[in-house]
Amino acid sequence: MMKRLNSLLLAAGIAMVPTFALAQDAPTFNEVGPYIMTTLLFLVGGFLVFWMAAGFAMLEAGLVRSKNVTTQLTKNIALFSLAGIMYWLVGFNLMYPGDGWIVAGWVGPFFNITSLEPVGLAAGDAALDYASVGSDFFFQLMFVAATASIVSGTMAERIKLWPFLIFVLILTGILYPISGSWQWGGGWLSEMGFSDFAGSTIVHSVGGWAALAGAIILGPRLGKYKDGRVNPMPGSNLALATLGTFILWLGWFGFNGGSQLAAGTVGDITDVSRIFANTNMAASAGAVAALILTQLIYKKVDLTMVLNGALAGLVSITAEPLAPSLFGSLWIGAVGGVIVVFAVPFLDKLKIDDVVGAIPVHLFAGIWGTIAVVFYNGDASIVTQITGIIAYGVFTFVASLVLWVILKATVGIRVSEEAEINGLDTSELGMEAYPEFSKG
Amino acid sequence: MTLCLLGQVDALPPSQEKYEGTQVKLIIATIKPFKLEEVREALTTIGVRGMMVSEIKGFGAQSGHTEIYRGAEYAVNFVPKVKLEIVVTDAMAEQVVNTIATTAKTDKIGDGKIFTLDVEGAVRVRTGETNEEAL
Repeated sequence: MMKRLNSLLLAAGIAMVPTFALAQDAPTFNEVGPYIMTTLLFLVGGFLVFWMAAGFAMLEAGLVRSKNVTTQLTKNIALFSLAGIMYWLVGFNLMYPGDGWIVAGWVGPFFNITSLEPVGLAAGDAALDYASVGSDFFFQLMFVAATASIVSGTMAERIKLWPFLIFVLILTGILYPISGSWQWGGGWLSEMGFSDFAGSTIVHSVGGWAALAGAIILGPRLGKYKDGRVNPMPGSNLALATLGTFILWLGWFGFNGGSQLAAGTVGDITDVSRIFANTNMAASAGAVAALILTQLIYKKVDLTMVLNGALAGLVSITAEPLAPSLFGSLWIGAVGGVIVVFAVPFLDKLKIDDVVGAIPVHLFAGIWGTIAVVFYNGDASIVTQITGIIAYGVFTFVASLVLWVILKATVGIRVSEEAEINGLDTSELGMEAYPEFSKG
Repeated sequence: MTLCLLGQVDALPPSQEKYEGTQVKLIIATIKPFKLEEVREALTTIGVRGMMVSEIKGFGAQSGHTEIYRGAEYAVNFVPKVKLEIVVTDAMAEQVVNTIATTAKTDKIGDGKIFTLDVEGAVRVRTGETNEEAL
């Protein structure tokens, strides 16, 4: 991960020195090939991760009740778009400070807007050992949106639109980039030797912690926990939820594969393919684990748990998708699937209402995946891994908790009882997802 | 409003007297949804020429059951059923009831119920025919 930092420094350095390469012969493919390949990796990886936004939107639209679908979809496109702007305005350079740290290793610069290379960049001016800034920015931006999507799913069906979007602004512009810089920006955790390849902790657990804090402050949906019983509120469209899961699964190849951050050598591109195969294996294993477990425990398969199981498998392998063998990916992903099947009812026992199961999938499986790094990556130590997990947990959970409490005390975060019963689509937006369906 | 009432009066020529001595029965049956097609076939075979079908929910002796969603058990208090409404002549009513009763039977709880009611009058909208002629 230091690679990202060094390249940024290099890019900055080159940009300052006027080029001398113009007068020389055109560079050979050996010189520019790695740059082109890695830039391509970021672009392809980036648009795959972009597509995960569609996956989250469909998964959440399918798992909420039909009276809240339009609101959920609105939140998804709004959060993604806001994240895209905030990451340009603040996030990117806060997360990858280069030598611009305010507090070395802990906090980067706040007011450093991202700018791209000039049009028609000459080879001599490019960071030839890495990739273009445009592709790097585009790729990293997609990750922050995933974090915000996690929060949206947990707090569905009862949160007001605008306070949620204010939280998204802070999460994507400030909280995620600061904690992300500790590792991916070359901060204190990366120097300590923490290992989180594509973000089991940095992306997924961070989203999960923010969602957990929000769910506690927001409270469960009306009637979800009554008289000591859990009252399920089945989702409106499991076809959409399944489509969403497959879209996320597809996007994850870019999420993990692109995080190789290099594609210019035989070793690098082979590693990318290794990551693709491992990622797929972990997802399959997570789904199969949930499939079998729900049959054994409940005597019937629960599709929503199988979908969560596949995603938990993906989150579990995200911290180390390169080093494990295919068998290693299988059992790491399977454990993720098992975690989900037990964590969903466990959260219900605690009366923490997580509509789509985002906390079990992203937080619990994220923690598991970060620990599992030590089984196949000899450079990782369990103490450092746990230090990282705790650091991200404490920072994100506490900061989110404070933010949710402030939002609750000022603008309020929960819709009225009547609005919640009638559905957020009519109360918050006055627009229904399925206006031609009769009420039933 | 007035126009509407006038229109209704025009459309209903038969007087109350014409309904007297009715020979028409209404049979209401609730059955398991998967039996609908079989019952329809059996009824058309014995000469039933029309029926009304609605998807309904309800409970009776079966009184719901439990399902599990994401690890939490919940009660399904109303079970899906299909409701048939069939208007036939008095002479045919018993045969229709017997046909539904034998065809919809699975010997398991929740097979449904059949009710027979007297019909005061019937009109075929197109022709204005009444009672048995209207069927």
